Amino acid sequence: MVGEQGGTRRMLTGNAAAAWGARLARVEYIPAFPITPQTEIIESLAAWCAGGELAARFVTLDSEHSMITAAGAAAATGCRVFTATSSQGLLYGLEALWTVAGWRVPLVMVNVSRGLAAPITLEPDHNDILAARDSGCIQLHAETCQEVLDSVLLAYRVAEDPRVRLPVIVNMDGFYLSFTREPVEVPTPQQAADFLPEAQGEPEFRASRPLAQGVAVLQGALYSHFRYQMHLAQEAALAVHEEAAADFEQICGRRYGAVEAYRLEDAELVLVMAGSFATKARAAIDVLRSEGKRVGLLRLRMIRPWPAAAVAAALGHRRGVAVIDQNLSPGLGGILFQEVAATLARSARRPGVLRSFVGGLGGKDISLGEFRHVVDVLAAASDSEDLHGSELLFTEADWQQVQSLVQLAQFPETQAVPSDDGRSEVRR
Amino acid sequence: MKTKREFIHNLKELPRDELLAPGSPLCAGCGGLLALRLLLKALDGNVAVVNAAGCMTLLAVYPYTPLRTSWLYTTMGSAPAGAQGIRDALDVLIAKGRLPREEDLRVVVLAGDGATLDIGLSSLSGAIHRGLDFYYLCYDNEAFGNTGFQMSAASPYGSRTATSPATPLQAAGTLQQKKDLFEIWRSHHPPYAATLSTADPVDLVDKVRRATRLRGPKLFTALAVCPPGWGSAPSRGFEIAKLALDTGVWPLKEAIDGKVRHTYIPQRRRPLEEYLRTQRRFAHLFSPQRQEDVLHRMQQAVDAYWDEVQRHEMPPR
Ligand code: SF4
Repeated sequence: MVGEQGGTRRMLTGNAAAAWGARLARVEYIPAFPITPQTEIIESLAAWCAGGELAARFVTLDSEHSMITAAGAAAATGCRVFTATSSQGLLYGLEALWTVAGWRVPLVMVNVSRGLAAPITLEPDHNDILAARDSGCIQLHAETCQEVLDSVLLAYRVAEDPRVRLPVIVNMDGFYLSFTREPVEVPTPQQAADFLPEAQGEPEFRASRPLAQGVAVLQGALYSHFRYQMHLAQEAALAVHEEAAADFEQICGRRYGAVEAYRLEDAELVLVMAGSFATKARAAIDVLRSEGKRVGLLRLRMIRPWPAAAVAAALGHRRGVAVIDQNLSPGLGGILFQEVAATLARSARRPGVLRSFVGGLGGKDISLGEFRHVVDVLAAASDSEDLHGSELLFTEADWQQVQSLVQLAQFPETQAVPSDDGRSEVRR
Repeated sequence: MKTKREFIHNLKELPRDELLAPGSPLCAGCGGLLALRLLLKALDGNVAVVNAAGCMTLLAVYPYTPLRTSWLYTTMGSAPAGAQGIRDALDVLIAKGRLPREEDLRVVVLAGDGATLDIGLSSLSGAIHRGLDFYYLCYDNEAFGNTGFQMSAASPYGSRTATSPATPLQAAGTLQQKKDLFEIWRSHHPPYAATLSTADPVDLVDKVRRATRLRGPKLFTALAVCPPGWGSAPSRGFEIAKLALDTGVWPLKEAIDGKVRHTYIPQRRRPLEEYLRTQRRFAHLFSPQRQEDVLHRMQQAVDAYWDEVQRHEMPPR
């Protein structure tokens, strides 16, 4: 079916959308390692490579640590590289991720967010991707399957720009996006080619020109210099992304910013979120709006580089702001709250109330009731309130469910046995 | 008894070109550096060296490199994966016409024994399993040398390291047996695997040359005399490496498609003690008192090894 912008409309999971992004980007090299819930991405790509639909070399590595190293080395040699991982895999490869970012190579990786062990779990939250926050990789967080596909294409433009040359991670939530089919407009190969030219970087390693890459640096000043270069490249990526997003809009008709506003125009109270759960927030905001509450949403799409100016502009003059973090830094609370608060602390106009909530850990739902609670807290709070910690969003029903499971877990120790007089007694 | 050399017969035939210039922060008398120098000579340039964290990482310190080849430092545990990325990318770029064929490189992983047998074993195993067309040089100084000589899976039984000291409770120092890298490799069925010695550069270059004709993993491990770690004078490197061959503690061999052949079989092996006495890491075996049981076990292990070789490779007398 032909879509509005000339592409083909298909029902795609987030994983399939990611694979389509890589295919349309005409990637040349795909090092892989399976992990739930991203495996469908590499399975799709493996099938296309084996079937000839995609002229890329697909190689299964022995771990994510090796996979990211191979991805970086191939990108350093001059290939357009794509890879994907999730959760434990991202952490297993974290050392290599920092390393290849330091090589300043333009690869693109999709991370499918999934809560981290222990306890081991399957559904999403953002502690995995935020563990890579300071790696030097650019981070784009998608809300929809469409955005996953489009972000992969955008990511190559940003990563390969000479002003940037850093890896880009496109993040999506496991299950909610990875396994959920949504209508996605797949750009035509021509649109993709117009937006993103064929890989054409000068091959770096070659016989006629020996080159030492990733060499040791033994002076603090020199180390500072190279690390700060990465910071400047990240800052440059803000403008590069804007340019690429404008081109993308011209060609494909969809526009992406570093942040996205929903019903913010006259909003007094604003929720700040990232990822697919922002869709839940939108639905809640529609309901609350219909009740006359002036609420809106600011979705953080680009987490690195941190779009400080856009965040300050969107939030500075509001009465109340709540950051709902789908992550937890034990001992601190929500992670993105810290970044939002730090940004607002430096801006001339600060919202009167600024609160931190943690929700959706391990894929736990955030219900309308919970959004309503957040908005009620903001509405009731006074400008002069004391310091508040992060509040966990957890309903009475959640509590009951946990209690019944905890009780089951203790069952063998609290087994009820019939006593002589026919009554039951509990023996420990 | 030495096998007949195929490609080079004496020292005079060693390639003159130096791909490794003098001047690096490595220790005087470093056997690993010498092994690398000889390997690069045998490969005739056009090489990308992929390095795992270790002593050799300090070869290329910004803005200098003593290498006339390309270089990529990776991590301690994933240098073979770095080689995979470069090799695959070169293949892709050449196939697409983005890189002329004459710009192709031989990809060489350079790693110590700790990076090889401990932290990087999985990455190495994976690269061999995938049939990656690359060279691997393990410079085996039998410990984590760069960090001050701590025990690795290559530290021999009876040697003292910074983390396996000789005390009344563990008189031998290192209690474990050295992992058998050659046999680990052979179990992966690579086309080529060999042990090397800096005391026999002709054998070393001959083996590397032989391997260049084969596609797939070409794996080398060189005993690397390490003066500060072993507690030996830098000037005695050749002598010690030679003693390792003549006592039989470091056998010279190769396996082509799995078939093992020793390239040097010492006819009358010298007592292992002669080798051990050259290094302070074995001094606790001799004083304050002689540890007869430990020495006996060590000698026995060597003897048993060669008895086995005798049965398989020597004509019956
Ligand atoms: S510590 Fe040993 S292996 Fe390392 S550079 Fe010095 S001599 Fe060579």
